Amino acid sequence: MSGNMNLTLKVWRQPNGNTKGTFVSYPAPGISPDMSFLEMLDVVNEGLVKKGEDPIHFDHDCREGICGMCSLHINGRPHGPKQAITTCQLHMRSFHDGETIVIEPWRASAFPVIKDLAVDRSAFDRIQHAGGFVSVNTGGVPDANAIAIPKPVADEAFNSATCIGCGACVAACKNASAMLFVSAKVSQLALLPQGQPERYQRAQAMVNQMDTEGFGSCTNTGACEAECPKEIKITNIARMNRDYFTANFFKEEA
Amino acid sequence: MKLDAKIPEGPLAEKWSKHKFNLKLVNPSNKRKYTVIVVGTGLAGSSAAASLAELGYNVKAFCYQDSPRRAHSIAAQGGINAAKNYRNDGDSVQRLFYDTIKGGDYRAREGNVYRLAEVSVNIIDQCVAQGVPFAREYGGLLDNRSFGGAQVSRTFYARGQTGQQLLLGAYSALNRQIHEGKVEMFSRHEMLDVVTVDGKAQGIIARNLVTGEIETHAAHAVLLCTGGYGNVYYLSTNAMGCNVTAAWRAHKRGAFFSNPCFTQIHPTCIPVSGDHQSKLTLMSESLRNDGRVWVPKTKELAAQLREGKIKATELKEDERDYFLERKYPSFGNLVPRDVASRNAKEMVDEGKGVGTSGVAVYLDFADAISRLGEDAVRAKYGNLFDMYYQITDENPYKQPMRIYPAVHYTMGGLWVDYNLQTTVPGLYALGEANFSDHGANRLGASALMQGLADGYFVIPYTLGDYLATIGPKAIDVKHPAFTETKKAVEERLQKLLSLKGNKTVDEYHRELGKIMWEYCGMSRSEEGLKKAKKLIQDLKTDFWKNAIVLGTNEEFNMSLEKAGRVADFIELGELMIDDALDRNESCGGHFRVESQTEEGEALRDDEKFAYVAAWQYTGENKPEALHKEDLKFENVKLSQRSYK
Repeated sequence: MSGNMNLTLKVWRQPNGNTKGTFVSYPAPGISPDMSFLEMLDVVNEGLVKKGEDPIHFDHDCREGICGMCSLHINGRPHGPKQAITTCQLHMRSFHDGETIVIEPWRASAFPVIKDLAVDRSAFDRIQHAGGFVSVNTGGVPDANAIAIPKPVADEAFNSATCIGCGACVAACKNASAMLFVSAKVSQLALLPQGQPERYQRAQAMVNQMDTEGFGSCTNTGACEAECPKEIKITNIARMNRDYFTANFFKEEA
Repeated sequence: MKLDAKIPEGPLAEKWSKHKFNLKLVNPSNKRKYTVIVVGTGLAGSSAAASLAELGYNVKAFCYQDSPRRAHSIAAQGGINAAKNYRNDGDSVQRLFYDTIKGGDYRAREGNVYRLAEVSVNIIDQCVAQGVPFAREYGGLLDNRSFGGAQVSRTFYARGQTGQQLLLGAYSALNRQIHEGKVEMFSRHEMLDVVTVDGKAQGIIARNLVTGEIETHAAHAVLLCTGGYGNVYYLSTNAMGCNVTAAWRAHKRGAFFSNPCFTQIHPTCIPVSGDHQSKLTLMSESLRNDGRVWVPKTKELAAQLREGKIKATELKEDERDYFLERKYPSFGNLVPRDVASRNAKEMVDEGKGVGTSGVAVYLDFADAISRLGEDAVRAKYGNLFDMYYQITDENPYKQPMRIYPAVHYTMGGLWVDYNLQTTVPGLYALGEANFSDHGANRLGASALMQGLADGYFVIPYTLGDYLATIGPKAIDVKHPAFTETKKAVEERLQKLLSLKGNKTVDEYHRELGKIMWEYCGMSRSEEGLKKAKKLIQDLKTDFWKNAIVLGTNEEFNMSLEKAGRVADFIELGELMIDDALDRNESCGGHFRVESQTEEGEALRDDEKFAYVAAWQYTGENKPEALHKEDLKFENVKLSQRSYK
């Protein structure tokens, strides 16, 4: 087919967390510009399997940009060269014939490599366990329209809630900070009336867990916001800091 | 075996409340003596796990993804139905019940569907209380939109990411219980078998996908919330990992499988672009609120469009055929999914398809953009338009979208009674994994409703009854059934790993998908189905001889995971064919060419087929036994569905 490209991949291969990894080069010939980046990897992998070689392991699932499972550092950028999309939505038309593409896993000590390009992001889950919820049980809640929420507030909460937990913010940050991720959840619930009762304890508990997991500090470089596939705003971090400091300042009430 | 659906006696509107009263309860201090396993953490699984843990049960939850938040419910776009009647437009529990029964082409149980409609209102309350940021109006109250198969606006939504927001709500409730120590979470684990002791489900065998360790987990009950099997078609809107393995293993341990041929082909998906395609992307049904579906009026115009000689935007009004509006004036573009899909196929078959492949129709927003403005359209559907642009490199604000039907949802699933219990005591199926509420066609925005209804508001009641009956005595993990089942799982894995042939597992999967789409897709015939059965049997034999499975069990091994899932899909495919062959009528998404009206609409045969087909596994390579549960309609009159 005309327009197909011949590419070279430089891929990080690492059998498991206990073994050292290295870059390995693979040719990727005849790649259609209409393929998604992950479909390109599927094609390469099928070739490897045919030759009896272990396929390149990477995380992926929904392939429509919403589950947050896919990751990949592509040519030095989380989720590749385009703005506001995940790797699974990146298409090969963003590359050109003859190009060498470097593919790495997320690099952060809080995200240890499991195999090749797949990393362990369970630290994100543990931060959510610490306080990313409203303490209501099933049943016995008021009618959904009992509390009116101004549309701009609901919209702003939605914008924070749209985070997919992929970890690109951490991967983009020179400090491997998770502030953007944590602040998105803190903000969503801090903005809504339902989140008020536990607002300050929540900020405190989640930030403390974030620190325990070994994520770095925020130095306001803004790389996280620039690379976030869902365009989560850095102002969330300011909101979270305010709540966190308030919580610490008025400790007895918190 | 006589199937007993356990539908409570009495008037429809009183069945559920009466039943709840009659169910046995577990004393609060005894609840902590029970353990419940929940497999899958989508809407049904997360909501069930959280709600049961809140009640005091110990829960072990499993998912194959790296986090429970990534289950494929996350990708549901359009919305969730609830009979709130906030619009004052005539909605009610009765109407939601009726729309759902009719939409399902009268192949669902009245009792279950009524209960679903009844608890739908509680779901919205629950989600709002958790902090789910639903769309709101300027007055601060919740907004609604319309979906197919209904003439009222009852769909609640969060932009085009409703599933994401609902799942994150359920995930947050689950997180709270993990934090409390009531739920133990096992991510990157795949269930490979159910352990039954004296006919009762008492545990599972799961594989740790990172280390390969085969683990045994015991419990008083096992809940399968493992979603649908659309990936049997290879290409579908399901996530890459979605699979039937848990349900299929349970089937082989005695759980009957119901109506496997009832699959939903969603009308608005982005068309296939080439052989490399790994999955299909849905464009939410909500788009049909404002988008108009059309093809060129003549084959000649269609040919010119395909060759790029003219552009879609250049066609005049009288050169376009808005075929859904023309054929179904009262529902227009909002006819149910099965009807919209079949009509799109018909247009393509007539040679009026568009796009380079000719296998697509248009979904056009030009009218909506001129009526509401581009900004208003962006506010409603922005993320969907962006996704479309990303995938196709075409700007849907400037030219119509190209869409074509794709496999999206499976109405069939494990047979369950009114309590959501399968034919194996102690084994339950919730959400898309069961068959119960959508009949032969699911209405849009009803999957989220059903998943959460089952998890939040049904199972917390019905499970207690079973647990109270068996008592809190600890499960004996020393029972030989545990070691035997584990051994069987290990042997199967070794058998897969011994396959060193010349064809990749993906090649088999693609081949299976082609057979299923061709012969058991949007239209089915006796001749085609018989042919497909043979093709699948041959494929199975070939797979177990010539597939390539690499590596070892004791590692993160994509190759092995995929092989196990595809092997199960092949077996399921054959059962789907059997079911489609048996059901010699058309209903909902199941269209048998032998059974249609003069106008080409699905023609049911209520005399012969007003039943739920429940298939029983009888042994390797043996024909499955068909059991029938007769459907009784006491509250609705069966009629030919009309959306005209």
